[in-house]
Amino acid sequence: MKSFKLDWLVLPLIGVAAVLVLWQISCASWAKDLPTPEKTWQVSKPYIVEPFAKRGEMDQGILRFTWYSLILVAKGYALALIIGTPIGFFLGLSKTFTKIFDPLIQVLRPVSPLAWLPLGLVLFTSAGKNASELGALFTIAICSMWPTVMNTAVGVRAIPQDYLNVAKVLKLSRTKTLFKVLIPATLPYMFTGFRLSLGIAWLVIVAAEMLTGQPGVGGFLWQEYNSLIYEHIILCIVTIGVVGFILDRLMSVVEKKFKTA
Amino acid sequence: MSNYVELSNLAKIYPTPKGEAVIVKNFNLNIQKGEFITLIGHSGCGKSTVLSMLAGLSEISDGGIILAGKELSGAGPDRGVVFQSPSLLPWMTAFENVMLGVEQVFFTASKQERREIVEYYLTVVGLGEAMHKKPAELSQGMRQRVGIARAFALKPKMLLLDEPFGMLDSLTRYELQQVLIELWRKNKITALMVTHDVDEALFLSDRIVCMTDGPAAEVGEIMEVNFPRPRERKAVLEHPDYYPLREQLIEFLEVRAHRKPLASEKIIPAQKTPPPTQTNLVKPVLDTV
Repeated sequence: MKSFKLDWLVLPLIGVAAVLVLWQISCASWAKDLPTPEKTWQVSKPYIVEPFAKRGEMDQGILRFTWYSLILVAKGYALALIIGTPIGFFLGLSKTFTKIFDPLIQVLRPVSPLAWLPLGLVLFTSAGKNASELGALFTIAICSMWPTVMNTAVGVRAIPQDYLNVAKVLKLSRTKTLFKVLIPATLPYMFTGFRLSLGIAWLVIVAAEMLTGQPGVGGFLWQEYNSLIYEHIILCIVTIGVVGFILDRLMSVVEKKFKTA
Repeated sequence: MSNYVELSNLAKIYPTPKGEAVIVKNFNLNIQKGEFITLIGHSGCGKSTVLSMLAGLSEISDGGIILAGKELSGAGPDRGVVFQSPSLLPWMTAFENVMLGVEQVFFTASKQERREIVEYYLTVVGLGEAMHKKPAELSQGMRQRVGIARAFALKPKMLLLDEPFGMLDSLTRYELQQVLIELWRKNKITALMVTHDVDEALFLSDRIVCMTDGPAAEVGEIMEVNFPRPRERKAVLEHPDYYPLREQLIEFLEVRAHRKPLASEKIIPAQKTPPPTQTNLVKPVLDTV
C-alpha cells in the first residue's frame, strides 16, 4: 500500500474503529451483557479524568491502581532479576550445574502463575497480613525469572573464545574476569532476558491481584466483575495492555543501548 | 649462550572416538634469548597448536616447555600474545584494553606510572591520537596495533604472535611488520611468530623453523637468516642472499614438507585442526615448480 501523510496515525485508527464497530455489533446481537463502547466510556470516565482520585480502598482512579500494580511488579521483577541472573551465569559457566538443575528448570518453567500463587500463599501464611503480598511477589518472581535465566545462560555460552583467551593470557582473577569480561560480554543477552521477564511479570500481576484481592488494576478488574460493573473490566483490560506496551518499548530502548556496546 | 626457551618432545594429541589424533609429535626447538623465530608451514600443519601450547591456551599432551629456566604450566602474562584476530574487548577503549593487562603485570606501580606505560606503547604503535576510541571505531590494522601494544606493554619474557597480520591487506601488513620489528629491536624480547608468509618470515626472523605437514607434524628444517639488523625492507629485498633463501623456503614448503606418514602411525584426522587434504599426503611432488 502506498504511504501517505499521517498514515502512521490514520491506519491504526482504522484498526481501532473496526474493533469498535465489531464491539457495537456484538452488543446488539449475541452478547447482551457486554456494555456498549459508549456506555463503557461514560461509566469509566470518572476513573480516567481523575486518574489519581481515591474514593475508597477499591474505588480509586485508574492510574492510581496502575501505580500500585507497578510497584508490586517492580518488587517481584527485581527479585526475579536478582535470583535469575546468577542462576543464568552458573548455568552458562558450569556443565555440571546445568546437568543438575536444567531438567528441574525445564519442568518448572511452563507452570502457570495461577498454579504458583496458592503455593505462594501457603508458604507465607505465617506472615499474617502480608501473606497475600508476599505470595504475589513469590509468584511474580518465580514466573518471570525464566527468560532472564535462559538468556543469561545462552549469553554466557556465546562469549567468543577470543575474549576468554585474553582473560586467560592476562591471568585475570575470577572477579576481574567476571566484571571485565563475562558480564560485559553477556549484557546484550541479559537485557533481552530482562525485557521478556518484565513482560511476564506484568502478565502475572493481574492474576496475582485477582486471586489475592490486592488493590491494583487486576484486583479492581476482579472486584468490578463481582460487582457486575462490566464497563470497568474493559477499562482495566485496555489499561493493562497500554501499560504493558509502554513497558516493553522502554525496555527495548534500554536493550538497544547495550546491543551496540 | 644457553637456551632461553626449550621445547622438548612436545606433542599434541586429541582423543577422538576412533582413536588418537596426533597433531604435533616430537617437536624439539631451542630458542636463544632475544631471538626472533618464525614457525612456518602449511595451513593446519599444527604450527598454531605449538604456539598455543607455549601460550598456555592449549594443554600439552606430552613433552614439556621450559621458559627462562622454569617449566611452563598454564597461561600467564609473562608471555605476550598477539592473536590472529586482534581480540580486543569491544566495550573498552584501546587504552582500557591495554591497561587491563598492564594493571595485571605492574600492580605495584602507581596509577600515573601505569598510565604512562599504556600511553607510551599506544603512541609507539602509532595510536597516540586514537587511544580513547573503541575497537569498533578503529580499522582492522589499527586494532592489530592495539593488540601489539597490549603484548609489548606487559614487558613479557616472550612474545608469541599467531599469524598476527594474516587478516590485513598487504600495505597495512608491511607497515605493521615495520612497527613490530622496531618495537622488538628496542625491547629485545624473545619472539616466536607463526606465519605462512615467506617474505614476512624472511624479513623479521633470525631463524625460520619449517614444519612438516601434519598429522604428527614436527620440525623439518631450520634456516638461519643473517640479514644485518636493524632491518629495512628495501635493504633486505636487495640483499644477495634474499632470493636464494626464499627459493629454499618455498622449495621446502612445496616439496619436503610433504613427508609421507609412516605406515606404523595410525592417523585419524582431528576435528579441531584440519589435516592436510588427501592430495597433500598421497600426491608425489611431480606437479611442483
